[in-house]
Amino acid sequence: MSPRYLPYILILPVTLFLCAFFLYPFLLVARQAFLSDGGYSLQNFRETMGYWKFSISLQNTMLLALAVVPVQVSLALLMATMVSRMKKGRDLVLYIWTIPLGISDLAAGIIWFAIFEQSGFLNSMLTGLGVIDKPAVLLGYQNPLLVFIAIALAEIWRATAIMLVILVAGIGLIPKEYYEAAEVFGASPWQRFLRITLPLLRPSLQTALILRVVLAFEVFAVVVALGGTLFPVMMGQIYSYQFDLQNAGGAAALALVVLAISIAFTLVILRALRVPKGATI
Amino acid sequence: MTRFTKLAGAVSGLAIMLGATWAQAEVLFWSTQARPVEEAQAMRDNVLKGFEGGVDYQPNEDGPWLTRLQAELEAGSGSIGVLGGLHGSFSAMNPDDLVDLDDLGVVSSSETYNTLAKLGTDHLQYVPWMQASYIMAANKQALQYLPAGADINALSYDQLIEWTANVEAATGEKKFGFPAGEKGLKHRFFQGYLYPSYTNGVVRTFASDEAVVAWEKFRELWSHTNPASTNFANMQEQLLNGDAWIVFDHTSRLAQAFNERPDDFVAFPAPAGPKGRGFMPVLVGMAIPRTAPDLDAAKALVSYMLKPETQIATLKATNFFPVVNVELPADVPPAVKAAGDAVAIMSASPDANPGLLPAGLGDKGGDFSRVYVDTFERIILAGQDIRSVLDDQKAVLAKIMQDSGAPCWAPDAPSEGACPVE
Repeated sequence: MSPRYLPYILILPVTLFLCAFFLYPFLLVARQAFLSDGGYSLQNFRETMGYWKFSISLQNTMLLALAVVPVQVSLALLMATMVSRMKKGRDLVLYIWTIPLGISDLAAGIIWFAIFEQSGFLNSMLTGLGVIDKPAVLLGYQNPLLVFIAIALAEIWRATAIMLVILVAGIGLIPKEYYEAAEVFGASPWQRFLRITLPLLRPSLQTALILRVVLAFEVFAVVVALGGTLFPVMMGQIYSYQFDLQNAGGAAALALVVLAISIAFTLVILRALRVPKGATI
Repeated sequence: MTRFTKLAGAVSGLAIMLGATWAQAEVLFWSTQARPVEEAQAMRDNVLKGFEGGVDYQPNEDGPWLTRLQAELEAGSGSIGVLGGLHGSFSAMNPDDLVDLDDLGVVSSSETYNTLAKLGTDHLQYVPWMQASYIMAANKQALQYLPAGADINALSYDQLIEWTANVEAATGEKKFGFPAGEKGLKHRFFQGYLYPSYTNGVVRTFASDEAVVAWEKFRELWSHTNPASTNFANMQEQLLNGDAWIVFDHTSRLAQAFNERPDDFVAFPAPAGPKGRGFMPVLVGMAIPRTAPDLDAAKALVSYMLKPETQIATLKATNFFPVVNVELPADVPPAVKAAGDAVAIMSASPDANPGLLPAGLGDKGGDFSRVYVDTFERIILAGQDIRSVLDDQKAVLAKIMQDSGAPCWAPDAPSEGACPVE
């Protein structure tokens, strides 16, 4: 066999798998979104985007992404730098930090719900310490800000590790010589971080950001567990169209809207964090 | 490959084949009911064990339930033998996808249910399986705060509001619990209880002046309601942990409280408004999809489920009541006793105003309920003006009725063609 074909043969199984289980279903969904009453039209889009909760859920999803992703980037950068400096116990710390990654979204939501609920850990702790007289309702409809903060906290706790893992790998790729040279010229740790780590981390940062931002638009289970109907998000709307209203066309249309937003943000990130031509580590 | 791994592979392959043929022989009962693990196990051990040929009872969430069914229908062949689901799940389907069951010779003892089960066609599309209703329940500690002269078995909405206010004044906590969470059944309260009690209708009177009064009253009740209610779905949990003392919910979503601590709680009828004591049944049915692999076995299972002794076993397993006339044994669980009495008092009360489940809405059943949930969220949670919200939502409701062409159902006055929103 000619070695020229080897790479193609090696990626063939994955390609076939993706075509069968991703591309084909995706085409079906895309078709369904434009199909209503037996003909092709934009009816599903008009219906779902005209619903009064659409703008609220779009806004909520965006706000949540805006609040969560920057915190996660900074946290992940901080944690990755700390881990890469460690001489001993590095693996152990990494394992512990990535535990939330192994927990399903819904389970994470339920864990945080157990903290914030009326008879939850936070309330029992506060009453036990005598800070408050009796358990307060934290996740109620009259505290929308608290609901938002609880969801943001749960999301940060749950999904920072995915960025951390990518960034740790990225930092490992940066040659030590640059740091040694910088030290010789008297660069402070902060300068080294800004001038060496950040620029050279660009490709990993790009990957991590794309992954995280796309996932942020798909947030669902954590929101359901903590906010219920109080905090409608895009994925919740899709779920309710598919299963509560049994309107698969509407769900498909909304799914395409989310896809469009994800693609738009991916392109922006790709452009903003692009690696200049010819630049290598 | 060593000889051992070869052998292991062959044995496991054989086991999978045997397993597959074994599963084929059983009837797959694909249900949205009796989902909690204990209930599902009780269904398998106490209800379905007596069926010859065996049953594979698989309860599922509505979403996966429907997804698999639709996949099998689209493929034109399947393994589901019998479907178990709410009236609303069946009414959202195309009746052609369900086998006509007239020749079975088994029906419920309620003519109303049998008519509902035809789903607007001339033939029985599903067989009523079991029923339940929504009632009120209270912690006995709350009884001392009942308004003077109030009879717990004949409460009015005003008395309920006063009662919840008394409890709040005495304990400093809002102790009324309402299942307003994502999975809560709040829409049934509006459709079957609040609207009939205040407006003697559900659709026609949606935006009437009486409806404004109804929402004002509900807003008053809400002011004494535990604000965490927007996370509540099964009020038995809040009864048991004390977060709520007076609650409204589905009988089977209160059962655990009565079964665990029968002496601590009372069940009682829903309150009455100016137009009577509105209440609504819950109807669960069994149907056979046209793709059922073994039609005879599936039909035999449906007949088996309607036998009096199976119905009593089902009652014990799920806290859902029989749909055929049976003599209830003395050893029923406390929850069944409590809920049964409350439902009996409710339906026999002189001002009873029973409503029917929404019918004829086809696949618009979800949209229909969303109108009421949205109205609740806008008026109560977002604090918007009642009149303008009702006028706004009225247009949505009118369009749903127009699109589905559903005629009015009780307590709305009958209509020619689609039920109008007045």
